[in-house]
Amino acid sequence: MVGYPKPLADVIADMASITDRRERQELLIETADRFASVRVPADVAQPPYSEANRAPACESEAYVFAVDQPDGTLRYYFDVLNPQGLSAMAMAVILAETLSGQPLEQVAQTPTDLVFNLFGREISMGKGAGLMGIIALVQAEAKRRLKAS
Amino acid sequence: MATAIHERGYAHPDTLVSTEWVAAHLNDPNVRIIESNEDPLLYLSGHIPGAVQVDWTNDLNDPVRRDYISRDGFAALMSRIGVTPEMTVVFYGDKNNWWACYAFWVFQLFNHTNAKIMDGGRAKWEQEKRPLTREVPMYPATTYPAPDRDDSAIRAFRDQVLAHVKAGKPLIDVRTPAEYIGEKLHMPEYPQEGALRGGHIPGAKNVPWAEAINPEDGTFKPADELRALYEKEQGLNPADEVITYCRIGERSSHSWFVLKYLLGYSHVRNYDGSWTEWGNAVGLPIER
Repeated sequence: MVGYPKPLADVIADMASITDRRERQELLIETADRFASVRVPADVAQPPYSEANRAPACESEAYVFAVDQPDGTLRYYFDVLNPQGLSAMAMAVILAETLSGQPLEQVAQTPTDLVFNLFGREISMGKGAGLMGIIALVQAEAKRRLKAS
Repeated sequence: MATAIHERGYAHPDTLVSTEWVAAHLNDPNVRIIESNEDPLLYLSGHIPGAVQVDWTNDLNDPVRRDYISRDGFAALMSRIGVTPEMTVVFYGDKNNWWACYAFWVFQLFNHTNAKIMDGGRAKWEQEKRPLTREVPMYPATTYPAPDRDDSAIRAFRDQVLAHVKAGKPLIDVRTPAEYIGEKLHMPEYPQEGALRGGHIPGAKNVPWAEAINPEDGTFKPADELRALYEKEQGLNPADEVITYCRIGERSSHSWFVLKYLLGYSHVRNYDGSWTEWGNAVGLPIER
């Protein structure tokens, strides 16, 4: 079995140690505050973005971009067009910070239900589906590179 | 810029209040401002001063089975947020008040009719650079003698929807056109909106919920534009019995609000089972 990339495993462990829902939400809000650092740069993509980059079912209109790195890994960038899409922004920051530069085999198998590890089981179905859509698109980029190699 | 609410020709204009009205009632002891969002992080990141949060997942749903809270659950919720039956509750939220309308709808199941929606929702409040705070207010607990939940007037169940279809009565599917036609999503491993089958309930007309909104400020369109949308384009009539639905009943509560309060339709029900029930049920008819 291919495990989580270590940076992502560390974030999941940190979240698991927080049992208070409000405290976890505060941490996710702080995470979303770093979104500017993972927003797709203009030399990679500019709006209007291709539908192929759009995360399915994400009501916050999240887009995922993957840039090939010299070592064969990918660096992930995102955009979230809904300025109130804080959860999507937090998700994007976590994925960019923990999956960029990680082995593609591991990224490709990142389980989409990690949404529940991060946001808790009480997240609504629609919101959960949207956030899983972001992860699924990150996975798909890694799978596409693996298939081509 | 949207015209004043009372100039838009709505059937029940008093169910909407402006951001100015809310700003003027922040300290009104007879008014409780309630934020209800699609995004669970937004309220804590900043909200209208004095506003409480009602979370759809945690506050309005039965924790075990797929249903809404019971009378006791509603009484406990109202007590926690310090609301009495006499108080006016004003809902607002993200995504053009989509979830605010859902919370409003659930409150109507318990007949809390002193309820309003803040036109334009959270986005308009922010656009106008009105104050937000991260301070979560605490109000003295109230005693709220809640009635039994009454689903009969505004909520539709699967068998009722099937009978409605067989009788040729109108349904409005408020999902996106892609969902309506049952188009496959482009990622094969991705679940199809939580349903095994795509498409729509036979006979349903597609009016995406957000068509009722002015995109620039999130306010509701005036009545003549809404009538054009529902009546000229889709042939609805105010005397019709109408059922709205979407995926789980949240977007369709927005359209339910538009039809019932802004256009004055007397017989509108929201089918909250929606596509996640219909598209998974064995043997129900589906149209593509």
